[in-house]
Amino acid sequence: MSAAAVVTGLGVVAPNGLGTDEFWKATLAGEHGIGPVRRFDAAGYPARLAGEVRDFVAEDHLESRLLPQTDYMTRYALAAADWALADAGHDPDELAAFDMGVITASSAGGFEFGQRELQNLWSRGSGYVSAYQSFAWFYAVNTGQISIRNGMKGPSGVVVTDQAGGLDALAHARRQIRKGSRLIVSGGVDGSICPWGWVAQLAGGRLSTGDDPGTAYLPFDARAAGHVAAEGGAILVVENAATERPSYGEIAGYAATFDPKPGSGREPGLGRAIRVALDDAGAEPGEVDVVFADAAAVPDLDRAEARAIADVFGAYAVPVTAPKTMTGRLYAGGAALDLACALLAIRDGVIPPSTHVRLAPEHPIDLVTGQARSAAVRTALVLARGHGGFNSAMVVRATPN
Amino acid sequence: MTRRVAITGVGVLAPGGTGAKEFWSLLVAGRTATRAITFFDPAPFRSRVAAEIDFDPAAAGLSPQDIRRMDRAAQFAVVAAREAVADSGLDFDDLDPGRLGVTIGTAVGATTGLEEEYRVVSDDGRLHTVDHRYGVPHLYNYLVPSSFAAEVAWDRGAEGPAAVVSTGCTSGLDSVGYATELIREGSADVMIAGATDAPISPITMACFDAIKATTPRNDDPAHASRPFDATRNGFVLGEGAAVFVLEDLDRARARGAQVYAEIAGVASRCNAYHMTGLRPDGAEMAEAITRALDEARIDPTDVDYVNAHGSGTKQNDRHETAAFKRSLGAHAYRTPVSSVKSMIGHSLGAIGSLEIAASVLAIRNDVVPPTANLHVPDPECDLDYVPLVARDWPTRTVLSVGSGFGGFQSAMVLREPA
Amino acid sequence: MALTLENLKRVLREGAGTQDGVDLSGDILDTPFDELGYDSLAVLEATSRITREFRIEFDDDAAVAATTPREFLALVNAG
Repeated sequence: MSAAAVVTGLGVVAPNGLGTDEFWKATLAGEHGIGPVRRFDAAGYPARLAGEVRDFVAEDHLESRLLPQTDYMTRYALAAADWALADAGHDPDELAAFDMGVITASSAGGFEFGQRELQNLWSRGSGYVSAYQSFAWFYAVNTGQISIRNGMKGPSGVVVTDQAGGLDALAHARRQIRKGSRLIVSGGVDGSICPWGWVAQLAGGRLSTGDDPGTAYLPFDARAAGHVAAEGGAILVVENAATERPSYGEIAGYAATFDPKPGSGREPGLGRAIRVALDDAGAEPGEVDVVFADAAAVPDLDRAEARAIADVFGAYAVPVTAPKTMTGRLYAGGAALDLACALLAIRDGVIPPSTHVRLAPEHPIDLVTGQARSAAVRTALVLARGHGGFNSAMVVRATPN
Repeated sequence: MTRRVAITGVGVLAPGGTGAKEFWSLLVAGRTATRAITFFDPAPFRSRVAAEIDFDPAAAGLSPQDIRRMDRAAQFAVVAAREAVADSGLDFDDLDPGRLGVTIGTAVGATTGLEEEYRVVSDDGRLHTVDHRYGVPHLYNYLVPSSFAAEVAWDRGAEGPAAVVSTGCTSGLDSVGYATELIREGSADVMIAGATDAPISPITMACFDAIKATTPRNDDPAHASRPFDATRNGFVLGEGAAVFVLEDLDRARARGAQVYAEIAGVASRCNAYHMTGLRPDGAEMAEAITRALDEARIDPTDVDYVNAHGSGTKQNDRHETAAFKRSLGAHAYRTPVSSVKSMIGHSLGAIGSLEIAASVLAIRNDVVPPTANLHVPDPECDLDYVPLVARDWPTRTVLSVGSGFGGFQSAMVLREPA
Repeated sequence: MALTLENLKRVLREGAGTQDGVDLSGDILDTPFDELGYDSLAVLEATSRITREFRIEFDDDAAVAATTPREFLALVNAG
């Protein structure tokens, strides 16, 4: 029997709160962090709202040496990793370097940094490209920088599965714990809110064009018309369950599937991911106390998700929520943040709400709307999907404390 | 009992050769595929050589829609995956699509396609607030390179776990390592796994120019990649893809499949030192090697051949030479070590998979490929680097290693299954 | 125009920040770059900025091998 993996630390950087406490308080109160794009002038684009992190002053968290060589999303990731390690009560200097690894998810790397250097190259010439460009934008940058900052030499990894990535990274972290690592820093922090990233996201066809933060991102609602792009995410400390540290919960089950090619007429893979993840956790559907939905806010995808949930659990049989209605979608950071929410829901016995949404009658799910709902939560299921057909499902469970 | 993982199909798209067969011919002949850059005017750059592929996607079997939708690197992956699947003789009637997964490694994703599209929407860098009206519909697929795994999965009908693994220049080893874990743990029975990159573009040349990582040896492009040679002065950028069919060994045997090699051990570590720098002692790469050998239950003295990272930077060549000595001890001096980058350049995230392909073909043929262009030994690199000429060599167990920006150090042990 | 120590300090600060606990204001001419918190990338970035800003032609391959500000300035100003 291989070792169980538990989460002992959380670090959150979110549009509606910096740090776990601020974020969780805002989330339970239904306070959202969506507003007009501030990083650049978005007035001329079809999508003009974003979930941007506020009040993060990089100089307060990182030495100035790191600033010229980091994209903003890497700065968030480094701060989140610091907070997660502090939350877990670890000083990385006190552990053996090879016992600690880093596995993160990315979607587009440091895209703002990349835009700046492309602009330097094409408008001024090759001699104007930064000495840091070779790594500051690439997908592996957060894993590399976190490992360097914290002296972590153990198993490393980076997965890119669009918005499913946060869960896939954590599953790979669990895999390494099972193989004998003591501690893996994992999760995802992401963001590509810059004009070039914005244009590429617009091409995906899923950005909401609304201007009202209260109605722009409405998953499972008859008005659903795409999502609000956001930045941030969560870094989690995953440890062998033999740790003496208190833990938020165990990563008990996981599965990933891929949808059939569009037009094939075959069933999407999300339901299968849920079933296999439950099986992996040794959990019956009835044991699940809450489902954190992917919540695409694209009508077909909402329908597929609601049906997958109802097929496994029964119609209206399990509370479902999407706190990302308050943040927008954080790409590779989103599922990691949902997993943090699931663990906090277990800790506090409360399910955060899906804000602004009026559930469309066609979706047979018990969506927690309006207010947070008190509920004993011992087992939670988190779902995430990535563009193209990536499906991931992860089960977390309370650890006996 | 952990399942064992076999490679039962190989697909390669490399400079100087399309398909595993041509690739291997190039390597055993010690021919180089590096040349003066033709894809764009290299005049503004310090390094103006690369290992380019003369790739015709239509001739390679891709449809006009595939070609329009996919970045060059995605095209490479799909073409290599088709070869690997055909080579494996997989019978899809006998395979649950949900038990077939895909992992594709890439260091820089669709960077070439992104740069081309950036030039359009920014009007060659003039606009900061770039113009979305010129954005192509598939731009999102370029933004997030998980599209590479999606394309391969659609093309081959995989509905199991799919992912892109992106750990810089070790992506090609780590992607196959990730797929190996999925089969071992039972999450899939068969994986299409490999890596691709098509980074030869102005922004990539510029970023490596800025740190003098690529060679300025522009007057002699065919001999520009010189790993372990005392006159080396940087790597030569390349491109390509290699994709494999990985399979539960018992399953492969039951269906009578050819088995190129067993993936017996994989490990990846970080140096936690520097995003581009390497400590000269090679300790972290040595640790990855030792872990991979432990997992394979193989004694260092059983390693017949080391397929090196051998990028042709002074820093790398000394770093890994130290790592081999540290992990293999005296046996390092008795073991042939070679770098195929001397012939096909350094294709960043793809190269780890191309090197796995070279390794399994070495096992199949009992020949180790040479290190081309190695004429002047570096006194600090004193192992047997198989200079210039391929060697007939009984090869049952191969160690393949990689090292990359971000501090990644990876190792894989491949062996002829008993 | 010769590159001065003050200019070099400014370029290093702009291109690579400053390491906590390092005081660049004193006499650092003979303090190795790594003790100042500047790695090879920082020196490369400074080299590239100097080429652009001061339009000085120099052997940048040699300059990036300099280990101290004094060596670096000598190489840059030697042309």
